[in-house]
Amino acid sequence: MDLNTLIQILDSTIRLATPLLLACLAGLFSERAGVFDIGLEAKMLVAAFFSAAVAALTGSVWLGLLAGIAASLIFALIHGIASITFRGDQLISGVALNFLASGMTVLIARDWFNQGGRTPALIDGGRFQPVELPFAEALQGVPVLGPVYNELLSGHTILTYVAFAMVPLTWYILFRTRFGLRLRAVGENPAAVDTAGVSVVRLRYSAVLIAGVLCGIAGAYLATGLAAGFVKDMTAGRGFIALAALIFAKWRPWYAMGACLLFGLLDAIGNRYQSIELLGIAVPGQFMQALPYILTVVILAGFVGKAIPPRAGGAAYVKER
Amino acid sequence: MGRPDRAAPAIELKGISKSFGPVQANKDISIRVMPGTIHGIIGENGAGKSTLMSILYGFYKADAGEIFIAGRKTAIPDSQAAIAAGIGMVFQHFKLVENFTVLENVVLGAESGAFLKPSLAKARELLTQLAAEYELNVDPDALIQDLGVGMQQRVEILKALYRQADILILDEPTGVLTPAEADHLFRILEGLRAQGKTIILITHKLREIMEVTDTVSVMRRGEMTATVKTAQTSPEQLAELMVGRKVLLQVDKTAATPKDTVLSVENLKVVDSKGVTRLKGVSLNVRAGEILGIAGVAGNGQSELLEVLGGIRAGTGRITLNGEEIDLTGDASDARTRRARGIAHVPEDRHREGLILDFHAWENVAFGYHHDPVYNNGLFMDNDALRRDTEAKIAKFDIRPANCWQTAKNFSGGNQQKIVIARELERNPDLLLVGQPTRGVDIGAIEFIHQQIVALRDAGKAVLLVSVELDEIMSLSDRIAVMFDGQIMGERLPSETNERELGLMMAGITDTARDVSVEEVAANLAKTDGATP
Amino acid sequence: MSLPKWADVVLIPLINLFLALFVSGLVVLLIGENPINAMKIMVNGAVGSTYGWGYTLFYATNFIFTGLAVAVAFHARLFNIGGEGQAQLGALGVALVCLALPWPHWTLALPFAILGGAIFGAGWAAIPAYLQAKRGSHIVITTIMFNFIASALLVYLLVGALKAPGMAPESARFPEGTFLPSARDVFGMIGIKFARSPLNVSFIVGLIACFMVWLLLWRTRLGYEIRAYGHSEPAAIYAGISPFKIIMVTMLISGALAGLMAVNAVQGEQQRLLQDNVLGAGFVGIAVALMGRSHPVGVLIAAILFGALYQGGAELEFETSVPREMILVIQALVILFTGALDNMVRGPVEGAFLHFGRRKPKLKAAE
Repeated sequence: MDLNTLIQILDSTIRLATPLLLACLAGLFSERAGVFDIGLEAKMLVAAFFSAAVAALTGSVWLGLLAGIAASLIFALIHGIASITFRGDQLISGVALNFLASGMTVLIARDWFNQGGRTPALIDGGRFQPVELPFAEALQGVPVLGPVYNELLSGHTILTYVAFAMVPLTWYILFRTRFGLRLRAVGENPAAVDTAGVSVVRLRYSAVLIAGVLCGIAGAYLATGLAAGFVKDMTAGRGFIALAALIFAKWRPWYAMGACLLFGLLDAIGNRYQSIELLGIAVPGQFMQALPYILTVVILAGFVGKAIPPRAGGAAYVKER
Repeated sequence: MGRPDRAAPAIELKGISKSFGPVQANKDISIRVMPGTIHGIIGENGAGKSTLMSILYGFYKADAGEIFIAGRKTAIPDSQAAIAAGIGMVFQHFKLVENFTVLENVVLGAESGAFLKPSLAKARELLTQLAAEYELNVDPDALIQDLGVGMQQRVEILKALYRQADILILDEPTGVLTPAEADHLFRILEGLRAQGKTIILITHKLREIMEVTDTVSVMRRGEMTATVKTAQTSPEQLAELMVGRKVLLQVDKTAATPKDTVLSVENLKVVDSKGVTRLKGVSLNVRAGEILGIAGVAGNGQSELLEVLGGIRAGTGRITLNGEEIDLTGDASDARTRRARGIAHVPEDRHREGLILDFHAWENVAFGYHHDPVYNNGLFMDNDALRRDTEAKIAKFDIRPANCWQTAKNFSGGNQQKIVIARELERNPDLLLVGQPTRGVDIGAIEFIHQQIVALRDAGKAVLLVSVELDEIMSLSDRIAVMFDGQIMGERLPSETNERELGLMMAGITDTARDVSVEEVAANLAKTDGATP
Repeated sequence: MSLPKWADVVLIPLINLFLALFVSGLVVLLIGENPINAMKIMVNGAVGSTYGWGYTLFYATNFIFTGLAVAVAFHARLFNIGGEGQAQLGALGVALVCLALPWPHWTLALPFAILGGAIFGAGWAAIPAYLQAKRGSHIVITTIMFNFIASALLVYLLVGALKAPGMAPESARFPEGTFLPSARDVFGMIGIKFARSPLNVSFIVGLIACFMVWLLLWRTRLGYEIRAYGHSEPAAIYAGISPFKIIMVTMLISGALAGLMAVNAVQGEQQRLLQDNVLGAGFVGIAVALMGRSHPVGVLIAAILFGALYQGGAELEFETSVPREMILVIQALVILFTGALDNMVRGPVEGAFLHFGRRKPKLKAAE
């Protein structure tokens, strides 16, 4: 494998890791606040559709992004109403939203565009364009460093940089601000937050809505950055991979980035090779695809460091003495 | 908030009422708490103390009534309003985030700005100050999960003080503390009073009231029955006010005629899942035709003893039943095999263990014995047999309503307990384990249940009774063993002991011959009148 | 405070269903179709002909199995979201059985196919069950992961070991001796004309499964223990019921039921193994179990309702501009309203009962 191939694979890793990372951080906010979210997939999917649809209709990718975020927020709100206000089962709400997104997007796509559940292919202003980092061109000649900077780090869409910038930001918010302290507290022991005079409901809604925004960006990236338009079920399980990455990272932002990059790399390799040889054994591509899930099960089983979710996760808060 | 008016009560409640569905928890309660005093509120479990304080802390909304803080009428719709009014509350079950540091817990909800660093720095400074002022030393960087309960409670008090509480409410603060820790807590409270803070101490333990309060209010069945100066009352008077009429639990029974040893326990040890040693080598035996009562303050290992014997929990040591050893750790060590060996078990908590609350009465009547051939028809359960059996038990034990289709949760506490008692006693076991047989049971049912237990003894069976009600132990037992801190402090015959001696033993004092002060007696007596859940 | 049983079992699910259909109607309206008309087409398409009935009951058969799978697990308070993967493995089991021998007759092949589907489905549920029982790994997450692993496994097998000659990633066609008699054949024998449809004798197997599950849950000691454990773990331990055993056994039964779906879908219809043999039926099982309140009779009714929804939805696409995906939307709304938003309906209904039921107070026991 030469340097060029390696850079190509890593470049593809970054692209594929971007939506995972955004969704994973979305899940991180939500679950850290004690609201399980298996509807990451749903929010990404509606965002992907509405961003592509609005971008196609208006020709503006930015309006598309806003529409994607808005759609994702509506789904987040439904999840909040079901699981926070009405104290319904968070998992069942997530399952329902996944179906709703899967059906709704195609339904509206057919009604609006009549192209078998797709949006028209996006061109020019309808897509996020690569951003050239400064001096990328100039440094191209420098051995190793040049191509790494120019081809690997430079030339992604703005959303990719946003995604990676979200990692330190998330960390900072979570561990260095008042909001973060309260957010983590409400996921561990909502009664402590409640008796401290802080609204559990408001905190959890904030977390769920932040997750909505991040999933919105993730979905928009899928349809208007990574691809050029929406196709049916285009998230293809990425919401669940993000969930897996979240568990893999044990609900910590920097580790989440590591996990998403790892899963992105597996995806990139799987896309490029039918099978790869490792230590003389041919590893089939399907194994690479399944690896994120297998690794997550191993982590969950506690064979390699136990993954302990936020203690109050999954349960609605009911006041009691 | 202006300076509190010294003449006005720190807190005045007028006509507070609160109902939960058909249950009236607080009936027209009025109370005045003067500033700079420790005001005790005493009453039995379920008297409505915690509900009242929860209203004061904005956790519940009162149906009627007014709250005055420092003479000013104040609405307390939520905890935030309570905090703003200068009220701090230390709940019975601490409201701490386990994997946060002490500092983070103290600052949570009372941060000085959007960023943590300055908030934490400020809190650290104030915490050091408070620690010096009130002798409340806690390492600010320790994680809550690494602290003992006593320390966690200090964090709760610090939380309130950090929020500049002038009024501190403590709900059953000593339930989880050792006597030494409790004494330290009282010194802290006295220190707070000296600084002009007002303290409300909710408890059902007479000792605490007598030891530390200035004024005491007594609650009974949702009503405030009296408020008196502590110095002008006595434990006896308070006890009577709490309970209403003095209930004499005298059980008609003849002297026991014990025969062979049925149960023999040698050097039983239990370590719980957190690594705490709960039983530190318990040895005892129970003979056929006698009731061995285990007295003790809740949490001293009695529950674990019942659980090991009942096959719910693993332990080490040697237990024999009718001379045959019982496997304590192997695969066959579960409740089912214990039942097969002739051990019946009335558990301490019927809601958690003894019943499936969502099952019909007839489904509960075989619970634990559902493998018995009489309830089965080959592969299938014989529901008709179950219902016939239930009808018979309903008749014999006078369970009301006499409806085997009623769901267990819809029976009253006494009738629920009768279902459990009927199920376990009608098995005609060699050994009956019975924990808190009359907790939450009405007077009429108490008598009936006691008679049934004595009848089983008279039929030549062995009974091991665990109760935190010393009256119950005294009146039912043929022999009494006292447990303290996972050990048996000693055994006494009811005829040769008294409440004073047993009370001292329950506090871990075996040298009962020495001259003990009146306060200490009252202290140990008071410990027996109930326990924390 | 508890509602009368009929309100809990009938009234609330009906209100939930009505709300779901009402919102679905709004969606249809937004697409520019008449919801009443759409409803008519759906009902007519689903149950207006033997053809419609054939498809409705064929789909219903799938949902009976996956619905029972979720329902049985619910009774032990386990949320088995892995019906999809377990059914995929069940499909593999059924296919392996069908391809193993040149079966002479379906009556011989069917019992073994049932065994194959059940064992493979149960096996796929066993690992998450063990991890939950012994290591405390959240069964919802592990079963989701196992769904994805299962689909990767099937793809791997169908491009490799099990691939039939040709382009498509699918197995060889099953031998003719495994073909199950269709409703057309069965009804034809007694002289009733029944349109061609994939409905086959697996439907009978489904009905038997409903009965067996009912028998299991309410007539056997094991079922008693499963329900007791589901209500209270400490009480179960007090009664000598082993949580490990209950979690394992319940999940094995649940997985086996999900796996049985393949008898209908794979042996009954496709007659070969495909990459995706389940097509979301595993998830529909969640909706079916929720609507059916985890009772086999409820599951049966809900499964037929969903079968009608799937068939009616297909007809709807055929006759109007409402696409097939409308089915997913309705299904999502049913899960949302019956599952997650249950309290939204329950609160007011309980309030109404409290208000109107005052005159004859039944609540005696509150202490």
